[in-house]
Amino acid sequence: MLNFRLLLVLLSVLVAALFGASLLIGPAGLGVGTSLRALLAGQGEAAVLVMREIRLPRALLGVMLGASLGLSGAAMQGYLRNPLAEPGLIGVSSSAALGAVIALQTGLAAMVALALPLMALAGAVLSVLLLLMLAGARGASLTLILAGIAVSAFAGALTSLALNLSPNPYAAAEIVFWMLGSLSDRSFTHVWLALPFMALGWVLLAPLGRGLDALTLGEDAAAALGIRLTRLRLSLVLGTASCVGAGVAVAGAVGFVGLVVPHLLRPAVGGRPGRLLPASALGGAAMLLAADIATRLIAPERDLKLGVVTALVGAPLFLHLIYKTRKEGMW
Amino acid sequence: MSAFAKAFRRRAVALGVWLGAALPVAAAPERVVSLNLCTDQLAMLLAAPGQLVSVSFLSQRPRVSAMADRAQDFPANHGRAEEVFLMRPDLVLAGSYTSRAAVRMLRRLGVEVAEFPPERSFADIRAHLLRMGRLLGQGERAKGLVAAFDARLADLRVTGGTRPSVALYGPNGYTTGAGTLADDILDAAGFANIAAKAGLPGGGTLSLERLVMLRPDLIVTGARYPGASQAEALLDHPALAALRADLPEAPDTGPEWSCGTPFVLDAVAEMAAARAALEPRK
Repeated sequence: MLNFRLLLVLLSVLVAALFGASLLIGPAGLGVGTSLRALLAGQGEAAVLVMREIRLPRALLGVMLGASLGLSGAAMQGYLRNPLAEPGLIGVSSSAALGAVIALQTGLAAMVALALPLMALAGAVLSVLLLLMLAGARGASLTLILAGIAVSAFAGALTSLALNLSPNPYAAAEIVFWMLGSLSDRSFTHVWLALPFMALGWVLLAPLGRGLDALTLGEDAAAALGIRLTRLRLSLVLGTASCVGAGVAVAGAVGFVGLVVPHLLRPAVGGRPGRLLPASALGGAAMLLAADIATRLIAPERDLKLGVVTALVGAPLFLHLIYKTRKEGMW
Repeated sequence: MSAFAKAFRRRAVALGVWLGAALPVAAAPERVVSLNLCTDQLAMLLAAPGQLVSVSFLSQRPRVSAMADRAQDFPANHGRAEEVFLMRPDLVLAGSYTSRAAVRMLRRLGVEVAEFPPERSFADIRAHLLRMGRLLGQGERAKGLVAAFDARLADLRVTGGTRPSVALYGPNGYTTGAGTLADDILDAAGFANIAAKAGLPGGGTLSLERLVMLRPDLIVTGARYPGASQAEALLDHPALAALRADLPEAPDTGPEWSCGTPFVLDAVAEMAAARAALEPRK
């Protein structure tokens, strides 16, 4: 097992490096010097616009979204004691997308800017509550995944319906955006819209470490250790919904980040869910930045969706996890 | 005559009758149904009263149709074979890329269908006006419209002077290049389309970053559709707003830009006025 502090430092360095790379890579093909002068000193009119208004918000959102997804994935898996729990896979993201699409298509978001993240958050809360109700606190794998499939399919169908009924001819093509997510051409408007809700989610989820650690001993033992389970559960629901809802509202539903990252980092933190929280947040940010850079390198002019890249990495791992879980007789 | 020869003759006669039906006949069609926004407008411009039975629902929408008011006088169709067949048309007008299944079905049912590809230039507008005139038995009226089109175009065309650069920036960052109606409109109004300079001579997706770095003299975007879309939300990006803040107001690309009809000249006039407003700044 790696030293925990060292792990966090290494992950932070990785995030910082990818953040820098995200700022320097783009279709405008600016040199490193020009980019940095424009970003830091504000030299070069057009380059400043590119660096400060186009690339900086995109990179910032990458960090925020990745951290949110990694953190909520780790928290959900810790609480349900199930490595398959991930916002994208169990329908939380698609429910948030439904909320966001309703806010946009009804014109609510145009009237009140905050309606967009709030509606996405409402969609996320509803689905998390529904899942906890169906799967129970222990989160039996089969029930959880089946309930997740049902919620995903239902929310996805309603999202498609809302977009197909839209009077806007471009709306129907956006089903892909809401299913797979993208950071292309996101601006500071999106950053400011998502940040408060994501921050709230981080504040709610980050202190859950001790409770999640105790939960590994079982609910009775955790209660005996002074963990208030109802409060833990409330924080988890609201925190996950805030993180995922805000992320989906501005960037669509990016899947698999919350699955892959905790899985990779779990051995490095000795399987302790509490330590996994900060590590997963950093790891999620790194994975999302890397995926976003990949979309720009693989098909620069095609607007390749973020979720395509994360799914290419995540889906095979998901299959592997299902196989392993079945062998261990968790079903 | 052998049995074989008889059968061959019968076939040949049948083929002749079939070909004759497909050729433009002397008598003008009496019940014409149009399935495509652009053929709708050509037909409305040329058809005799009562000759046109129905137009597509799109041509009744002011956001996309330059003749939305006129189109209200006709029952609308949605380009579906069943509804069109029930209108008992003797000529159906369709775009060569739209309502494909309906066109195939109508042909199988023996309805004559004339297809029009999208107009890609002013030359296409003249050719389509004349063809539509022949099909509807309104050849003289079509010639008159072409003459009027050429006269007004000659009047409007901006020649000489500098050619300021203009970017057509649509939803999803799509920019239109050479070989399109929009390019001809810009050319006639005395602009140089930035698509060529951006390395997209035929048009394509131009990233916001590249657009910012290219700094065109004018940015023209499309009029908005109702409802929300991410594709159009790109046009609200703060970087684009900052870029446009330094540029003069530009007209939106409205319905005049979408179809090859004489209405494109309204777009030319609008763009020529925008260019004139740009002149003192140069």
